[in-house]
Amino acid sequence: MTRPLDAKSHAEHMAKVLDLTILPEWQPTVVQHLATTAAAAELILSFPLDDHVEPAPVFEP
Amino acid sequence: VSGDVLLQPAHAIAAAVKARRVSAREVTQAAIARIEVANGRLHAFTDLTLERAIGEADAVDAAVAKGLAPPLAGVPYAVKNLFDISGVVTRAGSKINRDNPPAKTDSTLVRKMKVTGAVLLGGLNMGEYAYDFTGENFHDGASLNPHDPSRMSGGSSGGSGTALAAGMVAASLGSDTNGSIRVPSSFCGLFGLKPTFGRLSRAGTFPFCASIDHLGPMARSAIDLALLFDALQGDDPADPMQVRRAPVAATVEIQKGIAGLRIAVADGYFRKNGMPEAFAAVDKVAGALGAKRTVTVPEAVRARASAYVITTAESSALHLSRLQTRPGDFDPDVRDRLLSGAMVPAAWVIQAHRFRSWFRQAMREVFKDIDVILAPATPFHALPSGTKVVTLDGVTMPARPNIGLFTQPISLAGLPVVTVPVWLDGANLPIGVQVIAPAWREDLALRVARQLERDNVAAAPLARQMEAA
Repeated sequence: MTRPLDAKSHAEHMAKVLDLTILPEWQPTVVQHLATTAAAAELILSFPLDDHVEPAPVFEP
Repeated sequence: VSGDVLLQPAHAIAAAVKARRVSAREVTQAAIARIEVANGRLHAFTDLTLERAIGEADAVDAAVAKGLAPPLAGVPYAVKNLFDISGVVTRAGSKINRDNPPAKTDSTLVRKMKVTGAVLLGGLNMGEYAYDFTGENFHDGASLNPHDPSRMSGGSSGGSGTALAAGMVAASLGSDTNGSIRVPSSFCGLFGLKPTFGRLSRAGTFPFCASIDHLGPMARSAIDLALLFDALQGDDPADPMQVRRAPVAATVEIQKGIAGLRIAVADGYFRKNGMPEAFAAVDKVAGALGAKRTVTVPEAVRARASAYVITTAESSALHLSRLQTRPGDFDPDVRDRLLSGAMVPAAWVIQAHRFRSWFRQAMREVFKDIDVILAPATPFHALPSGTKVVTLDGVTMPARPNIGLFTQPISLAGLPVVTVPVWLDGANLPIGVQVIAPAWREDLALRVARQLERDNVAAAPLARQMEAA
């Protein structure tokens, strides 16, 4: 991530994309949770990982 | 007599039933009587299966009369209400799932409990869809802490803690994604086992975050955890994430003591952001074990962040259609977290999974030099019900997500943990310590837990006010 997430705008946009209803009284908390998640994501995104570090899904076809 | 036996640990109950000192039916009736007295104010059970319990108890008594000796003979237990119980609607703490038809069959682990002679009393209260560390439920009321009913049981397997600490059952099953067995074990003063990720079948349980969900037992003795773990292990093709591994003979291994085990206390992240009792409990355990070494869990902050991102995104995707159609029917606290989780960019989640792989390897390296790590289970004793914020190291933060700050990094790595209950001198409440072992070595954590129990450093007494009930 190169700049801080505008959590409010992101929430408004994604609510439309996903057809989610967010009542005005819910919105501040939703935005706050998004900001918390963004901060957590920033910690992960700023950590250098070798290209060969892959996710480890367990999927046995 | 049957009432006294009920208050014993599960292994003692099973021994008494097998020796025909008491019948499974008598123990079951004592459990039912206790539930009728205590459940109304503690909100442990949401669903009772009393007819079934009597039927299972009679079957155990008939088996014992024939000379059989099922390992959990007559042990009264109950399950977090996300486990399928034949004939019961699996509500998973929600209002919405109550519209589903009753489960047609038992979940795999409930089937295994039945085969080994345990007696199912019902389904237990939990935080909605398991997205919770408090044990508070918007729809069913809060499962309360029997040691102090003004306080939380801890969640999300809250009823699993409440019922055990109140002596309504001798064992319970819960689930743990980020700490939901370990937190109520700490708050309610119980032994809890979160096995290695992939060890126990999750088939027939309502998921929260499939990438990190674990199931496991809770009890009032370390020996009970071993008995339960042995009953619950085994391959199940119905759980696609279960990893095929040879079972551990926990009841045998747990007797081996701790000689030769290299035990270290987690430093850094695990010595900050807690109240004094969290670290005092770890120090008491470490002192008793003679553990003088310390060890650093690498990148614990990022491990927690990674678990946080995966959990919110994956659980929100699971609930997306319900969020679209019935947002008003969720617990508001859970709904707002899920709504935000639905909006998480894919790259964040995938990067979190990649970090998880890195962290797994880093923890394998850590365990080359040591066998067991000690860390706090919760940052504090059980909080008063309704607590919204806590202040740790001078920083005020939301209480709900931070109750699990010490448990969350460990489950990301899928490591097995036994939470042991500690009573500090003069304390009115218990607090748990995580005994963390390498992947697939639940036996090591159980051995340490048993040693601590034997030395009276860890103990899970019934809530004092419940003893006379």
